[in-house]
Amino acid sequence: MEKTFITLLNQVFHESLESDSRVLLFGLGVGDVGAVFGSTANLQSDFGPERVFEIPLSENAVTGMALGLAMQGFRPVMMHQRADFSFTSAEQIINQIAKTSYMSGDVYKTPIVLRMIVGRGWGQGPTHAQSPHAIFAHVPGLRVVAPATPMDAYYLMKQSIASEDPVIFIEHRWLHQTIEKFILNEKIPDFSEARIMKLGKDLTLISLSYGVIECIKIAEVLSEFNLNIEVINLRSIQPWDKNTVLRSIEKTKKAMLLDTGHLEFGLTGEVSSTIYSELFGVLSKPILRFALPMEPTPSSASLALNHYPTIENMLNEIKSHFGFDYDLKKAIGVFNKKFPYKSKHRDQPDVGVIGPF
Amino acid sequence: MNHEILTLIEKEFDVNNLKIKMFLNLQLIRSIELLISEKYIDQIFRCPVHLSIGQEAIAVGVSLNLKLEDKVISTHRSHAHYISKGGDLLKMFAELIGSPLGCCKGRGGSMHLLDKSVGFMGSVPIVGSSLPIATGLALAEKLLNSKLIVVAYVGDAALETGAFYESLNLIALKKLPVLVILEDNEYSTYSKKSVRWADCKNVRETIEGMGIHYKNESGDDVEKVYSQVGNMISYVRNNKPCLLHLNTFRRYEHCGPNLDDNLGYRQPDEIDNYKSRDPIEILRNKILTSRMISELQLDRLVKQVNVYVEDTFIKVLKLNKDFLAQFEMLD
Repeated sequence: MEKTFITLLNQVFHESLESDSRVLLFGLGVGDVGAVFGSTANLQSDFGPERVFEIPLSENAVTGMALGLAMQGFRPVMMHQRADFSFTSAEQIINQIAKTSYMSGDVYKTPIVLRMIVGRGWGQGPTHAQSPHAIFAHVPGLRVVAPATPMDAYYLMKQSIASEDPVIFIEHRWLHQTIEKFILNEKIPDFSEARIMKLGKDLTLISLSYGVIECIKIAEVLSEFNLNIEVINLRSIQPWDKNTVLRSIEKTKKAMLLDTGHLEFGLTGEVSSTIYSELFGVLSKPILRFALPMEPTPSSASLALNHYPTIENMLNEIKSHFGFDYDLKKAIGVFNKKFPYKSKHRDQPDVGVIGPF
Repeated sequence: MNHEILTLIEKEFDVNNLKIKMFLNLQLIRSIELLISEKYIDQIFRCPVHLSIGQEAIAVGVSLNLKLEDKVISTHRSHAHYISKGGDLLKMFAELIGSPLGCCKGRGGSMHLLDKSVGFMGSVPIVGSSLPIATGLALAEKLLNSKLIVVAYVGDAALETGAFYESLNLIALKKLPVLVILEDNEYSTYSKKSVRWADCKNVRETIEGMGIHYKNESGDDVEKVYSQVGNMISYVRNNKPCLLHLNTFRRYEHCGPNLDDNLGYRQPDEIDNYKSRDPIEILRNKILTSRMISELQLDRLVKQVNVYVEDTFIKVLKLNKDFLAQFEMLD
């Protein structure tokens, strides 16, 4: 059966609350009519307002409260409708949650999930569209995961709630209505394992979250030109699956990285550095990196169009950088034909109009 | 309450007598911190220390009201809170020298003391940040229907943080069993309140206005603190959160082993005043006036406490001989 990202998150919350009485779920909007974009629908009525509850607009104190609960054996899941809001609780996340287990000499486990939704488009602008995976991945003591598909969301959330470490769960708003066949694997994928979305031999594309969807599209387009592109969905950012990435590049000898965060001091720099150190001499071309420029994300739709890497642009740069022999105009034509934009506007996700965002 | 010291003196003293128990606790904390102060120059305690000398009556008056299972969360100035709740002295000394035998395996130091076995859940040296965590500890107790309470110590500068007000709102909203102990020593490092608070700031109205029961009391007389805390705890156990505002003084420098009277940020008359406010002196005079034990006996009690503290310190040095040798600190 095919299910959306949001439906599967709702399902995994339901399953976790049902199977473990220590799980608590709270955040702004969990009990209201919007139900955090539908992801928390019916949870409060099914599990009661003691376990699923609305919070005052005090993210810092509530994040500390999550820590106190975890220190007493509960498994809190706290959510932010925008990742940007979590910065008001940076003190509790970085100074307290990330360090409590270590600093207590392992007396405490800190099974806390901080779910953060990343906005994009439709005027989200500077303070509603940031993807802070690199910021939190920089802090020892935090796990960071970023699902790209509904099944990723299901497994990663399940494992995040079961984890004894604090997990930052980065979730792109544009993935919410994506669909994937729901198959319960007998073998649950390892929590920190990357997922190879498509096998190939000519080039490795590495990305996370919504970027993976764009990489898959690029690979699909280029397959029409006899290029076999491998696509790696990192899933876990901290720790990240070096082995899968390096094995792939040993084979393809070429790598492109696409980040949903900013370029400098971020994921693409970190991953590149490891590839260059471990596979020095193996690469046939320098690594190609795409990420957001070092400017805040603009609100204006027209300015935002130039802020995010476009598939047309990436197809162009891939061709010239790696010296592939395809006709750019034809490739863009294939892209538009294969993936017609269902939304009227480019600053809305192409799965149909479901705004506001 | 430290049980080792109780065992050591119970033959000679009536340890069930509340005054004796209070004096013993006050003196124990004082002796520990005077030893830290004295040995600090030897570079054995290799971390910042925030001494509680002058403020001990608060920790003792609070802790003697608590059950072992009641939870406490403290601040950067945590020694007195830790010891009075029954924290392990050997593990505390070990932590202060950075040893893996310390209560945080040497990862925390003086500012992160914890002893979960006695309900001392931890110390948070970011001002104001202990309170959000206390909120979660208390919500857990409420969800578990344990009837246990959480004590959160904060200093006066916490009233300048957002975390403080966010937490009080949550505590009142959820009717959590939290007793906030506000240790008001007037200074944030060297800064008096006059550069931090508006003249018209009214703490009582602020706290009561947020739905928290409030009392203000002197923090110098351990008996007064004890009885006021006792009153408040009966509310807190019924999920009526309270804040007890205690006026106190920090005799030593903000951070470090020394007096800092020479710096001049505290006026000489203010410093003179501290002598008459010393919690140990106040209780000592009360005990001697009541003639329950003689001055000679009381001095012997002090001596025994000093011997216990000294012996524990020597034991820690011996246990950590190899550890300390790494840094060539023992000749």
